Amino acid sequence: MESIASLYTAVDPNKVSVWFKACKVNDIPENGGACVKYNNKQIAVYNFKRKQAWYACQNLCPHKMEMVLSRGMIGDADGIAKVACPMHKKTFSLETGENLNGDLPSIATFPVKVENGFVYIGFSE
Amino acid sequence: MKTVIVIGNGMVGYKFCEKFRAHPANASYRLLVFGEEPRPAYDRVHLSEFFENQDAKALELAPASWYVDNDVELITNQRVTDIKSELKEIHTMSGDSYSYDQLVLATGSVPFVPPIKGVEKEGVFVYRTIEDLEGMLAYAAQIKAIKPDGKAAILGGGLLGLEAGKAVLDMGLEPHVVEFAPKLMPRQLDARSSNVLRLKLESMGMQVHLGKATNQILGDKVIEGMDFGEDDQLDVDMLIISAGIRPRDELGKTCGLEMGTRGGVVVNNKMETSVKDIYAIGEVALYNHMIYGLVAPGYEMADVAVNQILGSPEVIMPEEIDMSTKLKLMGVDVASFGVPYMPADKGLSIIFENKTKFLYKRINVSHDGKTLLGGILVGDANDYNILHQMYLNNMPLPDNAEELIVGARGEGGSAFGSAMDLPDTAQICSCESISKGAICSSLIEGKCNSLKDVISLTKATTGCGGCKPMVTDLVNETLKSLGKEVKDVICEHFEYTRQELYGIVKVKKITTYDEALDKCGKGDGCEVCKPALASIFATIYNDTANKEEVIQDSNDRFLANIQRNGSYSVVPRIPGGEITPEKLIVIGEVAKEYNLYTKITGGQRIDLFGAELNDLPAIWKKLIDAGFESGHAYGKSLRTVKSCVGSTWCRYGMDESVSFAIELEDRYKGLRSPHKLKGGVSGCIRECAEARGKDFGVIAVEGGWNLYVCGNGGATPKHAILLAEQIDNETVIKYLDRFLMYYIRTAAPLMRTAAWLEKLEGGIEQLKKIVVDDSLNLAEELEIEMQSLVDKYECEWKQAVENEEIKKRFSHFVNTDERDDNMVFVPMREQKMPEAWT
Ligand code: SRM
Ligand SMILES: Cc1cc2nc3c(=O)[nH]c(=O)nc-3n(C[C@H](O)[C@H](O)[C@H](O)COP(=O)(O)OP(=O)(O)OC[C@H]3O[C@@H](n4cnc5c(N)ncnc54)[C@H](O)[C@@H]3O)c2cc1C
Ligand code: SF4
Ligand code: FES
Repeated sequence: MESIASLYTAVDPNKVSVWFKACKVNDIPENGGACVKYNNKQIAVYNFKRKQAWYACQNLCPHKMEMVLSRGMIGDADGIAKVACPMHKKTFSLETGENLNGDLPSIATFPVKVENGFVYIGFSE
Repeated sequence: MKTVIVIGNGMVGYKFCEKFRAHPANASYRLLVFGEEPRPAYDRVHLSEFFENQDAKALELAPASWYVDNDVELITNQRVTDIKSELKEIHTMSGDSYSYDQLVLATGSVPFVPPIKGVEKEGVFVYRTIEDLEGMLAYAAQIKAIKPDGKAAILGGGLLGLEAGKAVLDMGLEPHVVEFAPKLMPRQLDARSSNVLRLKLESMGMQVHLGKATNQILGDKVIEGMDFGEDDQLDVDMLIISAGIRPRDELGKTCGLEMGTRGGVVVNNKMETSVKDIYAIGEVALYNHMIYGLVAPGYEMADVAVNQILGSPEVIMPEEIDMSTKLKLMGVDVASFGVPYMPADKGLSIIFENKTKFLYKRINVSHDGKTLLGGILVGDANDYNILHQMYLNNMPLPDNAEELIVGARGEGGSAFGSAMDLPDTAQICSCESISKGAICSSLIEGKCNSLKDVISLTKATTGCGGCKPMVTDLVNETLKSLGKEVKDVICEHFEYTRQELYGIVKVKKITTYDEALDKCGKGDGCEVCKPALASIFATIYNDTANKEEVIQDSNDRFLANIQRNGSYSVVPRIPGGEITPEKLIVIGEVAKEYNLYTKITGGQRIDLFGAELNDLPAIWKKLIDAGFESGHAYGKSLRTVKSCVGSTWCRYGMDESVSFAIELEDRYKGLRSPHKLKGGVSGCIRECAEARGKDFGVIAVEGGWNLYVCGNGGATPKHAILLAEQIDNETVIKYLDRFLMYYIRTAAPLMRTAAWLEKLEGGIEQLKKIVVDDSLNLAEELEIEMQSLVDKYECEWKQAVENEEIKKRFSHFVNTDERDDNMVFVPMREQKMPEAWT
């Protein structure tokens, strides 16, 4: 199990080496998320319309190691964008990956950019 | 180390232990307690609640672990048989002996059983312990099975007797109260108020027989009736004796303690008996020539004994003991305080009586009109707490004392002012001796922030509970004066209760979540307010969960319950649990094709587990083509209406429970609510559908259906409570429409009907008024709203499989058709299951 989690490390926006063309903008529901496959990784992507922002993070919830975060509800806690895991409602900051309502390990977050109607996720390998 | 032994683990014996261990000087003592009953001390005052829920645990004063944690050695199921006071030891039933330094008798009392010929017959009960109640319940069920119109009598029309009468009514038997005196509750009421109470009770189906001396219990081995002499008889199938109490003082006799002429261990104001180092408290103790059959004086005695033993000799029992009482008898308020009635030379009375409304109020004032001496309230005791406080604190009366009980007093126009006007020393909770000062200062000093905090810190309201309204007032008023408002808001994004938000959405015609955030919320929302608003929209506009998928709880978004490994379950609706062989075959075929784990659920239908997200639309297409619909097993909405087989097959059935269950399930399917809703329909009182464990339950009886509401199983089980009796199908539906719609409008998110009823001011009586009597003039509106929701029902899975846009949602990845490679199944018997979590 540890090994799946170790697949995911956060990517610094300044150190992106690959911009992966993940999907079309309208493949992701407004103010919701969906999952993108990149090699052997599962990445959750959110179109946070209210904040005019896009976020991406690992699809793996560190609580029970399930591939479900893309199916969670998004929102904010004191202004910080977050996602709530659909399994047990653990919440994670989409900005830092930090677990906001417990002390689970942080999730990995990834840079996102939108160009010409397509969504790109940044990786460093 | 010294040893204190307590004999008796009842209410007062327990309170002694609690106060003992809370006293600063308790450390060097061993505390050893013997209880004859099989379980630790429980709340006898609320014993009747056992009839409703049969939950002995809920009555416990403290769990077994409390005794361990507090170093109290409790030995239950063990009677003490002898006290050797010269040796300072006691002997138990099992032959052991223990030495004490101080001994406390807290053996309570037993019901007094008058020496009437035949009282030993089967079917004669007393009313004191949980075991007594279990016996009665079993016996009543037996009677009802063979004789649906069975009758039970209660011997004694006092406070306890009337409570027993209510229990009989709840057990479904016809209650008859037989009292020797010419009036009910002779100790508390005068003749006129007793008469008002009698009329009210009779209007509710209780039969009252006054001035009857019972000569003999009739019947062979089993009770068949009561004989009152001459030609006067009453046929009954069961009898509950409630003719007063006798102290359990037999231990006192064996060791030569001074006893009262009619029993009871004589104590002084330090709770000392005539023998050194032996104390007596509670209902076994005779203080001031009186046995006080109430818990508050018992608690005070426990406090005195603790202080005497632990070296605070100045704490003694007061001369005068307040015997004021307020209770609800079958939903009727009855209260008396101070001197309830008196001859005219002692004081003057102001009496208000309205028999058409079953109302009686009396206050007694001193000749100079300045002080309140006591009074009686029947039918409406809202003002009891404040009148009682005026009496206790000798507060000055207003010039027109009659304003205290009569006259139109609108809001704020009260003749009393508020609870906040009481002196700080006013004792608000007499069971726990908590003053107004203690309650308010706990909030002012910041030790508490809510009613809940205050209750857990001070224990106020945990005794008889009569002071609850006043404590609530004090807490709310104090919090308000501190600038803190008390409100159940939804979350940081909406500073409203769900009910308020419901109103706003409706009035402002808000239809989307973003609009709601912009018009009355702030920030970007969260996993709490999104589903709450989704539910509100659903009940106002009957949108299915497909309308705004991203504000739905994950299960609603995917129209299925997410399982341990991220797979989903599929639950087609099977109304009433009735299914044809053809449909069973389809379920089997679908399960086989998609390799789904199949199980019969606790809700009388079939759950297919382990479906992958990508397969859900295809699975549902097959089911829908075969005539199935969504079972909404994922939703906070109607789940199932469980049914027994009923009169179509069952030899006891009184009506067609399956047909009615199907009708109800079809009517309310898809109805979204603050929490899930479940129903049940049973064909007779054997209750095989467990209808009383549901949010609404319908049971066939002679002459119609009985409708019960607000029950559930789950984490905090509650039996549903009777809302209406012997009504026909149309009336059941009418009342259900009103009840469900009112619940949906007013409950907090994730609050089931039972918890909601608990919060509803006025409880079931108020609910009856709203639903049955239409006191809020709302019934028509509620019915229309429900009908429009029923008319607009659509199966959301049908919408999904017919709409390519919606179908896209059911794909694990958006950029490939591949499946979730992280999902692992392992074999489970002949089927499969998700790999275990580590
Ligand atoms: C499948 C089933 C167990 C079974 O194998 O029999 C089941 C399974 C679940 N129950 Fe249940 N409950 C099932 C009957 C019950 C019953 C029995 C009944 O309905 O007669 C109860 C007690 C009765 C009651 O609700 O009053 C019951 C009390 C709960 C509770 C506690 C509710 C409460 O008020 O305390 C939860 C938790 C909740 O809803 O918050 C719950 C929640 C759940 C959830 C939804 C937990 C979850 O979110 O994953 C389970 C999902 C199953 C799934 O994926 O389909 N389930 N659950 C039963 C489905 C019945 C159906 O056909 O729809
Ligand atoms: C149905 C009902 C409703 C009531 N309602 C109210 C009310 O609304 N308000 C109110 O103030 N009061 C009410 N009361 C009265 C209240 O319950 C009693 O005043 C209170 O329980 C007395 O406490 P106690 O500890 O003295 O006696 P108990 O609670 O009777 O406890 C005595 C215990 O000692 C045990 N015991 C006796 N002898 C021995 C022995 N030799 N060895 C070991 N154990 C022994 C008994 O088994 C018992 O468990 C009600 C009582 C009943 C039955
Ligand atoms: S009882 Fe608990 S574990 Fe069993 S089905 Fe219900 S929710 Fe799941
Ligand atoms: S698996 Fe995500 S919160 Fe438990």
